[in-house]
Amino acid sequence: MDLGKVLDGLVARKTLLKRLMWVVLAGLVIADLLIPSKYDRFPWESIGGFGAFYGFISCVLIVVVSKALGYAALYRAEDYYGEAEGGRPSDGKLGAGAREPGEGQERRDA
Amino acid sequence: MPEALHPAALLFIGALVTPLLRGRIRQGWLLLVPALVIYVVFTLAPGEYGVGEVIGITLTPMRVDSLSLVFASVFAIVTLIGAIYALHVDDVVQHVAALLYAGAALGVVFAGDLITLYIFWEIMVFTAVWLIWRRGNVVSMAAGYRYMLVHAAGGMALAAGIVLYYMQTGSVAFDLIEGGGLAFYLILVGFMVNAAVPPLHAWLADAYPEATVTGAIYLSALTTKAAVYTLIRGYPGTEMLVWLGVLMALWGVVYAVLANDIRRLLAYHIISQVGYMVAGVGMGTIIALNGTAAHAFTHILYKALLFMGAGAVIHMTGKAKLTELGGIYRYMPVTLLLYMIGAFSISAFPLFSGFVSKTMVVEAAALDGRAWVWLLLSLASAGTFLHTGLKLPWFTFFGADSGLRPKEAPLNMLIAMGIAAFLCVFIGVYPAWLYTMLPAPVEYDAYTTGHVLWELQLLLFTGVGFFMLLKHLGGEPKISIDTDWAYRMLLPRAAGGLQRIGQRLWHATVGVLLRRLDALVTGLSEHHGPQGVLARTWPTGSMLLWVAVLLAVFMIVRYL
Repeated sequence: MDLGKVLDGLVARKTLLKRLMWVVLAGLVIADLLIPSKYDRFPWESIGGFGAFYGFISCVLIVVVSKALGYAALYRAEDYYGEAEGGRPSDGKLGAGAREPGEGQERRDA
Repeated sequence: MPEALHPAALLFIGALVTPLLRGRIRQGWLLLVPALVIYVVFTLAPGEYGVGEVIGITLTPMRVDSLSLVFASVFAIVTLIGAIYALHVDDVVQHVAALLYAGAALGVVFAGDLITLYIFWEIMVFTAVWLIWRRGNVVSMAAGYRYMLVHAAGGMALAAGIVLYYMQTGSVAFDLIEGGGLAFYLILVGFMVNAAVPPLHAWLADAYPEATVTGAIYLSALTTKAAVYTLIRGYPGTEMLVWLGVLMALWGVVYAVLANDIRRLLAYHIISQVGYMVAGVGMGTIIALNGTAAHAFTHILYKALLFMGAGAVIHMTGKAKLTELGGIYRYMPVTLLLYMIGAFSISAFPLFSGFVSKTMVVEAAALDGRAWVWLLLSLASAGTFLHTGLKLPWFTFFGADSGLRPKEAPLNMLIAMGIAAFLCVFIGVYPAWLYTMLPAPVEYDAYTTGHVLWELQLLLFTGVGFFMLLKHLGGEPKISIDTDWAYRMLLPRAAGGLQRIGQRLWHATVGVLLRRLDALVTGLSEHHGPQGVLARTWPTGSMLLWVAVLLAVFMIVRYL
């Protein structure tokens, strides 16, 4: 079985996959609404579908807050510290770097 | 007193012999040693070994109990996995460093006293750093030095704390550390540096992405989790750790949004995941400590798997940034599949290992009625899936085609990843195997309808959010500054500023002195110089005149 081809097939059917995913999502929320929760330590544990709401809100909150922090304060140019991040000898910093980047760890490979 | 072979000794001997071997024999040796270590660790009988007195201090080089065993077991397993993953590497320095480093980590978890612990603690620093340096570029050299400096500072705090603790209690036995005095906090700071607790965490995200592809596997597994072990042993129930843990869990998530380097993203998620463990230690209940130990166990395996997947991509493409990767799923499908098993595990999907351990820590918060801790840890869970399970694989393997056409990773890498992936699924499906190893009996069932429904909703609706915000989530060719800014930018700048101020003060002082000296020299030369009054030659005529005058005066005075 060629795993690459299987993945290609899945990518080709992405509309179908998307629809299936929506069915699964709706099914989950409906199940959560119908099945009474055994947990009541916090008020929200007995609200059906709260997990879905909380997951979505968490995702949006994380992205918005983090990106805002990034643009407002944290982002810098890649050579901010005077050393390009992930810089390699081929960047010219160690002289002639004819070696392929990323193979630094096997420089003594037989 | 029973005797047993210390697994660390086995690894140290293994490391010493390694440079003498070549080729296939060395490869066989590199697999044999960790395999033996697994055997030794899994057959160790609980007890204290090698107890003795040195200059009046009782040392316990090896204490075997259920807590040390659960950490030692997973350290041994990951050492073998790391060795398989690194089998093709010919750089003997890395192999020796990795074996010594793993040995030192085992030394820490078996240490029954603080002095033994401290010695192995320091060996970990000096061996781990070679796994960073051997990447062999300018950045890894600098990152390695910073790694050493930060850990040297942490080690100093630990050493000072141990000395004070001994002076106060007269014992160096490593058990619950009490008192709340200076010794208590110094040792805690020493442990917190290695556990990467903010603001002492930046070394991790600074150094791990710059390590060698294979060395990063050991790094991701050992240092932070050895520190988690010491926190469980020494500081259970320390309230401030609950909130530091929550802060860690969120801190890692925020920086993972901003990360562009795939291993930096994963490194920030080590910090995030260790946050659950630190919070668990802070809660200190039986279920919380069990959950912490269980999460350390599963975390080591899935994080090693994730680092191996990312490492395989870097190894095959030479690229490490989301902005430079994309569309390679066709070429590295096995790597993708195995990586995703790690991603589902860290995200705590049901049937994967993280689910049976992470939910235990979160459940501990619920049983304690800590609503905020529960909500914020759940939020961090969503963030974990968002980055490790969605963003990284999407922009690395799918997304815009980068034009890269790599081959699938080498067989030894895939086998190592396969073993880790198997264990991730095995523990997720059959958690009893892990639960029986935990320090206390487990009365927790992860697979209740409530847990499964909650977790699936949380994660899958995070996925909805991801695809909605997809175009804002790609990597950006930027770096983000963290607390290491203080010693990478602020301190050098401050030092530069101080140097300039010093220079100016010096120039001013020298200027004043020079002017004084100048005035002095000018004054001297006015009187004594060639033109000076005292240096002039007087005419002999005037001399005679003055002598005559003097004689005349003398005679007048004489005859009057």
